[in-house]
Amino acid sequence: MKKLILLIIIFSTISLAQTAEEILQKIDDNMVFKKAITTTKMIIHGRSRSRTIEAKSWGKGSELALVEYLSPAREKGKKMLKTEDKIWIYTPEPTDRIITISGHLMRQSVMGSDLSYEDITDNSSMLDNYNASLQSDEIIMERNCWVLELIAKEKKVSYYKRKIWVDKERNLAIKEERFAKSGKLLKTTEILDMFFQDNRWFPKHMKFKDVLSKGKGTEYFIESIVFDADIPEHYFTKAGLKR
Amino acid sequence: MIKFLLKGIIRDHHRSLFPVMIVAIGVTITVVLHSWITGVFGDIVEFSSKFNTGHVRVITKGYADNLNQMPNDFALEDVETNIKNLQILFPEMTWAKRIKFGGLIDIADEFGETKVQGPAVGMAIDMLSKDSKELERLNIPKSLKRGSLPKNPGELLLSDQFAKKLSISPGETVTIITSTMYGSMAIENFILAGTVEFGSAAMDNGAVIVDIADAQIMLNMEDATGELLGYFPKNYDAEKALQTKVVFNKKYFIKDDDFSPVMMTIHDDGFLGEYIQMGESMVGTVTVVFLLIMSIVLWNSGLLGALRRYGEVGVRLAIGEAKNHIYFAMIMESIMIGVIGSIVGTGIGLIFAFWLEQGIDIGAMMKNSTMMMPSVFRGQITTETYYIGFLPGILSTVLGTLLSGIGIYKRQTAELFKELEA
Repeated sequence: MKKLILLIIIFSTISLAQTAEEILQKIDDNMVFKKAITTTKMIIHGRSRSRTIEAKSWGKGSELALVEYLSPAREKGKKMLKTEDKIWIYTPEPTDRIITISGHLMRQSVMGSDLSYEDITDNSSMLDNYNASLQSDEIIMERNCWVLELIAKEKKVSYYKRKIWVDKERNLAIKEERFAKSGKLLKTTEILDMFFQDNRWFPKHMKFKDVLSKGKGTEYFIESIVFDADIPEHYFTKAGLKR
Repeated sequence: MIKFLLKGIIRDHHRSLFPVMIVAIGVTITVVLHSWITGVFGDIVEFSSKFNTGHVRVITKGYADNLNQMPNDFALEDVETNIKNLQILFPEMTWAKRIKFGGLIDIADEFGETKVQGPAVGMAIDMLSKDSKELERLNIPKSLKRGSLPKNPGELLLSDQFAKKLSISPGETVTIITSTMYGSMAIENFILAGTVEFGSAAMDNGAVIVDIADAQIMLNMEDATGELLGYFPKNYDAEKALQTKVVFNKKYFIKDDDFSPVMMTIHDDGFLGEYIQMGESMVGTVTVVFLLIMSIVLWNSGLLGALRRYGEVGVRLAIGEAKNHIYFAMIMESIMIGVIGSIVGTGIGLIFAFWLEQGIDIGAMMKNSTMMMPSVFRGQITTETYYIGFLPGILSTVLGTLLSGIGIYKRQTAELFKELEA
């Protein structure tokens, strides 16, 4: 019994001893990838009805991403390419146009969902972008969590402040609140389900809610993901959009 | 007595000329202003109803709550069924589907990338159905500057000024970038069929008109529309519109449902409603102001007349005419002067009003206006124009005489002979 109590004390001390930066590093280890091919499903719960959008994406680091919409029929073949600070939208034949999105338009909703273009193509390191402070411990969704407050290091970061509840065991932010510099709550996210693959925990089912929109939130499912996949370079070029 | 007074007015020019002139001038101004204000506000109402509000419009409650944002996510669905129901309920009215949307007009270079771009206000109307009156309602055939009207799906019209700004000509491809009713980005190519000069700065700065069926596809609004505009066979009739609204809302409106259809009249349209009320109260204000000004002037002229006719009134009192009778006779005389002045003033006023009916072009002054209003304003002669001037014309003379004639009662019979001797 004494040994057990001792073990609990030691374990608690170790867990409390984690610094905020170490926690962020562990989240990054799970979430940030060098290369990945993902198939996703988004269920957008609008004011009057829900819509399902399926997509396949190819990502490379934090700066390159390509998303191709697979369904519904009216969105099929549309592509979105992210290169550094710009996003290119391609609409296939008969329109056959490439439109650039930059600046504040990057924060617009994708397909009427609760995710912005920045959200959907984000693969950046939390540790690189935010200064973190450990606030407390809480139990959320029956999971022991650290509560961290993150403040953006640079202006270009999408959200000035984030409050995250990090699963102590799986090192994922299972609940999150994202704020503007004014302190206004902009978005909330929740990880409702997760999976373990290639030595990392990754979200499987998430719920996003843009607090400023009147919709009923967007569910985001990761149907499959292949880490460190081989992705040809031309995928991330404008010319590649029309292929 | 009337004959006697009339002879007095005609024979004694000093007694009648000045008051008749004052009344005529006042009535002329009242008639002209009434015709101008009625015409201008009537023009604004008709213009807005054709382009924007209809005589009544059916939208959803959510759409009505956010009217300025053109919230197509609150579009009216099952629109064909809705139109059938409206046609049964109000068979004399015609109904038009309209979709308003904001977006960008984008012109591509040879690689399919943006060459030039500009913000646009889009309006979708039924341009291609055989029995549609929408093009005529918006006076588009007469406003066409270049090219032709759309004949096929996938063709659109741009304001001429906007097309010149984008350096495009009829026959070229135009891309509209906008949002669907679900918030997805919509990118659609169209052929520019023609360019139009709307005569409204707000529209001429950047309007695009597409066919309603094309817009429904582009905006993912199959069997849906932003608004259903209803038109009476003739001009806007506020009372009729209100009755129509009450009947419809009683039958279909559900208070707590954002997607419930609701009918609005022009008066319910925040800005325009206030404008109409302002117009109505302006006519009343003008009439009252002229009534007061003319009363003061005629009161003074009455006083002068009374002074000049001091001896006459004295003699009449001295020979035994009752004070009441003299007072009454003078009021009758003033009514006659008022009527004569009003007839003359209305006649002159109608000549000016007829000239104003031909219209005054204020387009140059409206160059940078973002308000949706016509650039040519016209006066309007209505039945009211023929009698509106009689109100201040007669009332002012009577009021003036009532006030100046009070002196009659202050005269003492005992002093009259002394006055006459003097």
